[in-house]
Amino acid sequence: MLIGRVIGEMVSTEKHASHVGRKAMIVQPVNLDGSNRGEAVIALDSADAGVGDRVLLVVEGFSAMTAVGRPNSPIDAAILGVIDEVHLD
Amino acid sequence: MYLGRVMGSIVATVKDRNLHAQKLMIVQPLNPQLIPTGKQLICTDAVGVGAGEIIYYCRGKESSFPFLPAEVPTDTTIVGVVDEVRAEC
Repeated sequence: MLIGRVIGEMVSTEKHASHVGRKAMIVQPVNLDGSNRGEAVIALDSADAGVGDRVLLVVEGFSAMTAVGRPNSPIDAAILGVIDEVHLD
Repeated sequence: MYLGRVMGSIVATVKDRNLHAQKLMIVQPLNPQLIPTGKQLICTDAVGVGAGEIIYYCRGKESSFPFLPAEVPTDTTIVGVVDEVRAEC
């Protein structure tokens, strides 16, 4: 799992049936210090996240499909949760 | 999933039999500002897109799931046509 920051939303009308009814968010993976980590991805939202939120992100098929509840679907990234706090010791 | 723009298509007569009747599209990956990023790639098409359209595509094993029960040997598939991207940065 990764930490991500929701930087936007994507609207698509014509898309695979398994994506219908789920918000598609643009998420920038980030490091612990908040700096960008690689390229932004489009993730389906299973946690009701909004733009600006820091979220828990998966970029792997099985976990993404399971989170979204659509098995055997072309889904390779999903938002699993909204992060409230990160504690570092 | 990732944003991209369809640049064209590929015709291959001799190919894996499980790729038969699959459209092979050339896609330029885009960042959330819709600026080209990275190198072009070849995607199968699960929605029916045309050249010039902004789309989003799925990577990995999940790319073959839209075609089930056919087992299509693909690692990237177009899964939607993008109407609008709202990204803050």
